[in-house]
Amino acid sequence: MIVEASVVSFASISLDSGATLAPVEVAYETYGQLNPARSNAILVLHAFSGDAHAAGISPETGKPGWWDNMIGPGKAFDTNKYFVISSNVLGGCRGTTGPSSINPATGCPYGMSFPVITISDMVRLEKMLIDALDIPRLLTVTGGSMGGMQALAWAVEFPDRVVSAIPIATTTRHSAQQIAFNEVGRQAIMADPDWNGGDYYGKQPPARGLAVARMVGHITYMSDDSMREKFGRRLRGKENFGFDFEVDFEVESYLRYRGSQFVGRFDANSYLYITKAMDYFDLTSGQGSLAAALAPAQARFLVISFSSDWLYPSYQSQEIVRALRARNCDVAYAELPSNYGHDSFLVDVAEQTELIRGFLASTLERAA
Amino acid sequence: MTAVAAKQAFVRELLGRSDYAIIGDIVSPGARVLDLGCGEGELLQWLASNKNVDARGVEIAGEKVRRAIARGVSVFQGDIDEGLADYPDLAFDYVILSQTLQETRQPRKVLREMLRVGRRGIVAFPNFGHWRVRLSMLASGRAPRTKLFPYEWYDSPNIHFLTVEDFEALAALEGLAVERRYFLAGHRKVSLMPNLLAEVAVFLVSAR
Repeated sequence: MIVEASVVSFASISLDSGATLAPVEVAYETYGQLNPARSNAILVLHAFSGDAHAAGISPETGKPGWWDNMIGPGKAFDTNKYFVISSNVLGGCRGTTGPSSINPATGCPYGMSFPVITISDMVRLEKMLIDALDIPRLLTVTGGSMGGMQALAWAVEFPDRVVSAIPIATTTRHSAQQIAFNEVGRQAIMADPDWNGGDYYGKQPPARGLAVARMVGHITYMSDDSMREKFGRRLRGKENFGFDFEVDFEVESYLRYRGSQFVGRFDANSYLYITKAMDYFDLTSGQGSLAAALAPAQARFLVISFSSDWLYPSYQSQEIVRALRARNCDVAYAELPSNYGHDSFLVDVAEQTELIRGFLASTLERAA
Repeated sequence: MTAVAAKQAFVRELLGRSDYAIIGDIVSPGARVLDLGCGEGELLQWLASNKNVDARGVEIAGEKVRRAIARGVSVFQGDIDEGLADYPDLAFDYVILSQTLQETRQPRKVLREMLRVGRRGIVAFPNFGHWRVRLSMLASGRAPRTKLFPYEWYDSPNIHFLTVEDFEALAALEGLAVERRYFLAGHRKVSLMPNLLAEVAVFLVSAR
């Protein structure tokens, strides 16, 4: 299945910061067929470094989508039954307007003149896309990590537009630890002289800083167990230590590889803006309690966490579930056993598939 | 298999668990139902498709929770002993404890919580006063093992054994109204000497 991205353009969007972006574009892909009743649409929301290419093979890169194991014929999001939409977030660098986009006022990339964005801003742009596609109600909104934050925001901000929500490995607000890891990533980028105050387009980008940021990120996505299993203390292409600061261990080689790969596909300023949006996200803000914040939600929920995920630990998912129960909302919750840490929702999908398949089938049945 | 045949087959299986059959009769159509210790959600699924109830469940065993959600039932992975504190008062029409009460650490607290979040409680439990249990203990001098209580004492999930009379006494102590009581031996109803002859008891209770 080769899928190509589409782009839709809007005149402007008002942001939580008070700023306005004009115009704004959003890149998206779709899989499967929208039914005549327009009732089988699913919006899939990507995590921090993802993009609109969630499934199938991209003609541009030849690579499968980031959730190709979950979206397709017979998979959890069965494209024989459902119409799946995936878009790149506001502030991103993969087709949707972000800091690397051209500011029409200056004819140059926005860089640090791009306004600070929030998860709600991302969701508002996604809602504009869903309106443009003329879909009255989404059967479900789903995503892991930052995608789960957007799914929660959708359920609260547009309750009459979502039948159900599946937030996975996520939280209603970043803890100090989560903010701390993001700040290390941002500081790595900004400490790179090539970052140059965000003005590096057409010049040498802050590749070293961005690679270090990604290396830190990758550590948080794995678990002690999965790193031990994958790398242990194995040496990379040598029998003995080199007694120098070249690569000795497999894990060093892996992190350097992932870091350098990331530089080729991600914009350092997008890293700053999107991590800031995650850190600002707080459903409870100004609402007194999480239960009060979730009061508008009418959706049916399936909340999933993973046992070895220490970046978005299960207690954060359980907070969501408890608040939903306090509202007497329809909510199912399971913590899935997995050794893959936060990455579990991307790589360890057998049980996740069973849960989502049953949840969607019964949700579709009830909605009919 | 046709849908009708499937439904009949499932009814037979529902009748296979005699307390399920009784519970299936008690619950009124369209009710809001919470099943505590719902296992794989079979009863909730049956109630949802046959009685159109709004079905929710709580189950502690992760494997069972996953099977229940995969069936489309809204089940929460949690420990009922740790409380239903999150639920608002009277959120449900019926709260079911189907062969679960004897497995809880704090049965009194669970009963109170049950009737805080639900208008009515349906409590089904194996009767420790059944004559086979009494005979087993009398004859062997060891912790009784019967068809109803098949476990070695060290393997048993049952940690609070109770009889029909024990439940009546606790209901009186807690000031609960017993609206209906059913006593079963196999698929038969027991009317005489239930404390001696019933294998399973089902009580419909409410707060007075």
